Amino acid sequence: MAVDAEAEFHVLAVDDSLIDRKLIERLLKTSCFQVTTVDSGSKALEVLGLREDRTTPSAVSPEHNEIEVNLVITDYCMPGMTGYDLLKKIKGSSSLKDIPVVVMSSENVPSRINRCLEGGAEEFFLKPVQLSDLKRLRPHILKGRSKDQQLQREENSNTIIISSSGSKRKAMDEEPSSERTRLRFSTGSLTML
Amino acid sequence: MSLMALRERLNVLVNSMFLEGLLDQQFRQLQMLQDASSPGFVAEVITLFCEDSERMLTELTKLLDQAVVDYQKVDAYVHQLKGSSSSVGAQNVKLACIQFKQFCEENNKEGCLSALNMVKHQYYSLRSKFDTMLQLEQRIQAYDSEQQN
Repeated sequence: MAVDAEAEFHVLAVDDSLIDRKLIERLLKTSCFQVTTVDSGSKALEVLGLREDRTTPSAVSPEHNEIEVNLVITDYCMPGMTGYDLLKKIKGSSSLKDIPVVVMSSENVPSRINRCLEGGAEEFFLKPVQLSDLKRLRPHILKGRSKDQQLQREENSNTIIISSSGSKRKAMDEEPSSERTRLRFSTGSLTML
Repeated sequence: MSLMALRERLNVLVNSMFLEGLLDQQFRQLQMLQDASSPGFVAEVITLFCEDSERMLTELTKLLDQAVVDYQKVDAYVHQLKGSSSSVGAQNVKLACIQFKQFCEENNKEGCLSALNMVKHQYYSLRSKFDTMLQLEQRIQAYDSEQQN
């Protein structure tokens, strides 16, 4: 069960830089997440099913099928809609506000970090993002999973509420981390084998 | 040249780039992200970086050639270049961009021109080594696929 949790976890990555999109996509895929990348805040909102001028998702249109997004990771500095603007839109939407949002920036500006965290961002990553940073996403996955499980159980039984977060965490810790199994070392190649 | 000799040559090249400060630890991160499911990842990122950088250097040259310089636009490009060089581990290029940003903020045209030259110098030094790196990698990959057939 714990193995499936991350494999189904869908992250929407938003960055106007092509190189950074490639990087974040690779980082996330290496960590077994499903990834969609977009190059702007407005595209991100489209994927999330929210148009810029609304706070509730529009009815499903024939062209776009909204995919379920479990986490949004966005660059801060983008032309047009900034990462902060996107964060506020998501957190201001009744249907999307529970989606964890992570903001990334190449600049270590405490006031910027605070602003984002106060704006509802779950995490703030400094670029370039490292594999080890992605471990900080785990509590948000587990929270999401246990919420789903809780809802499931509440539906099944009105009286018993079980929190599964404790056992989930244990299962994940016992399993070898996917990042570690992918690191192989050798010399003389661009692949670190 | 034997596969082993090719690998050795590539290794020596990459190590020298670290020693000279052309590359920093972020490049190691890129290498770690390359695996069987994504064998061309580093080559892809390097190629994108080079295309992107050259485009930006061209734009920057044009912008600084104007009688009245639009420093906002210059800053936007330098910021982008700084970001992408940081993401690929191109240390010397990144440092040169930081200097460039400084002059930009001061609206110092002379400073910007000299900083642009420095960025170009650093970039082209890196570029020629990246070219060698990619050629060696291609030859190594060719061996590997021969062995698989």
